[in-house]
Amino acid sequence: MPKQTKKKPKWIHKDLLGLEYLSNEDIILLLDTADSFREILDRTIKKVPALRGKTVVNLFYEPSTRTRVSFEIAAKRLSADVINIATETSSVKKGETLNDTGRNIEALKADIIIVRHNCSGAATMLARNVNISVVNAGDGWHEHPTQGLLDIFTLRKKFGHIEGLNVSIVGDIAHSRVARSNIWGLTKLGAKVTVCAPDILIPPGIEQMGVSVTNDIDEALYDADAVNVLRMQFERDEKAAFPKQLEYFKKFGITEERLKKTRKNIIVMHPGPINRGIEISSKVADGANSVILEQVTNGIAVRMAVLFWLSQAMDKGNKHEASD
Amino acid sequence: MSVKRTTILTKEEINRAITRISHEIVERNKGSRELAIVGIRNRGYFLAERIAASINQIDGAKLPVGALDITLYRDDLRVVSEQPIIHKTEIDFDIEEKNVILVDDVLYTGRTIRCALDALIDFGRPRTIQLAVLIDRGHRELPIRADYVGKNLPTSQKQAVQVKLEEADDEDSVFIEEKQDA
Repeated sequence: MPKQTKKKPKWIHKDLLGLEYLSNEDIILLLDTADSFREILDRTIKKVPALRGKTVVNLFYEPSTRTRVSFEIAAKRLSADVINIATETSSVKKGETLNDTGRNIEALKADIIIVRHNCSGAATMLARNVNISVVNAGDGWHEHPTQGLLDIFTLRKKFGHIEGLNVSIVGDIAHSRVARSNIWGLTKLGAKVTVCAPDILIPPGIEQMGVSVTNDIDEALYDADAVNVLRMQFERDEKAAFPKQLEYFKKFGITEERLKKTRKNIIVMHPGPINRGIEISSKVADGANSVILEQVTNGIAVRMAVLFWLSQAMDKGNKHEASD
Repeated sequence: MSVKRTTILTKEEINRAITRISHEIVERNKGSRELAIVGIRNRGYFLAERIAASINQIDGAKLPVGALDITLYRDDLRVVSEQPIIHKTEIDFDIEEKNVILVDDVLYTGRTIRCALDALIDFGRPRTIQLAVLIDRGHRELPIRADYVGKNLPTSQKQAVQVKLEEADDEDSVFIEEKQDA
């Protein structure tokens, strides 16, 4: 048993908007807490009372199954009440703005809003306009911090550390909030990140985030400890500029043949939903190197940690106000 | 202000208390079958391991030992000023129909034990839960009592009872601290 020499944790954030805005200590606190929560998911009675009496609202302006359900399960495992607002059937259809919807949710006495929106910066704007906590569940091409956290959590569970790992991110980097959150978090914790895609899917200036860039998939895989395979988001390809699906698979698809040529036994991750035969072969997705379904389970633990600390920060903040 | 420190138990006395508690546990449960030991993190868990080792010397049984983190069950999560550290709960065995010995270092208000009972019962339905503590210092705020006590220690609420264990603190001792006007 190691001795308890850890410093007291300090979480001060009202919101989780992106990994860009977190310190290393913040990220490690979330990962450590998630690690402690992970066991609850395997119990017969999968519930602890930590968020009893709190209300969490899922406000999703974009389709999502995995993330929304994961947040819902995470909140329920902590005994919070969860409300789902599907924007197609809400007053958003009648023209209500995001800020007005947010203020109304606040007036309904909810404690945490989990928001997904197709505009980059939507979560940040909402967070400035309400006093309750906001979690960014993906905003445009900006960030998807809990996905980044769960990818890093999965890597840390596999390797025991993040520092010194070679992680390659393959696919549509330009339109990927998952890539951005991964890059922020991984580089902060000392991993070496390489992004790999056709030129058109690499945003100019990405090197400034501290990553290496290549167009050669075999080079990206050769020395990697893990590869994070992004979904090809053909629905975002308004100008029909992307390579055709089969062409993409030939040049960048993750296949068993490609994995055989690498130096290490590489871990394969994917944020889902996967497009079999486009960015990843079925054999790899279901094979021994894949941790895709572990990522899904780990996502619950990570989101529990996020909800727990945001709720702690708000309770402590309120108490502070009251005693002043 | 100075702090007056009075030693209550030495290393040898702690060892003797653990040995006696272990004998009492075996006696009351007519052996060690169906027994499991669960310690409350952190020091209760170390004591649980010691009790398990002691029972092993008494009748050769190798009892399952678990660790319980009760942070998420605290009734004061919203009001305590410092932020909690969440440790892992590790109970790798089925507590259903077991006689579970719950172990903590100091029994005081009883609120920690209330949390631990809720947390334990979320793992299943033990046949019994029995409570073993190294120190019972009184001042209960809930109707909870210990089945096995290392030492009953009448205290005032101004005093602090410190249990030090080698696993965490490099020494074995129990002492009372009291702030005094110089």
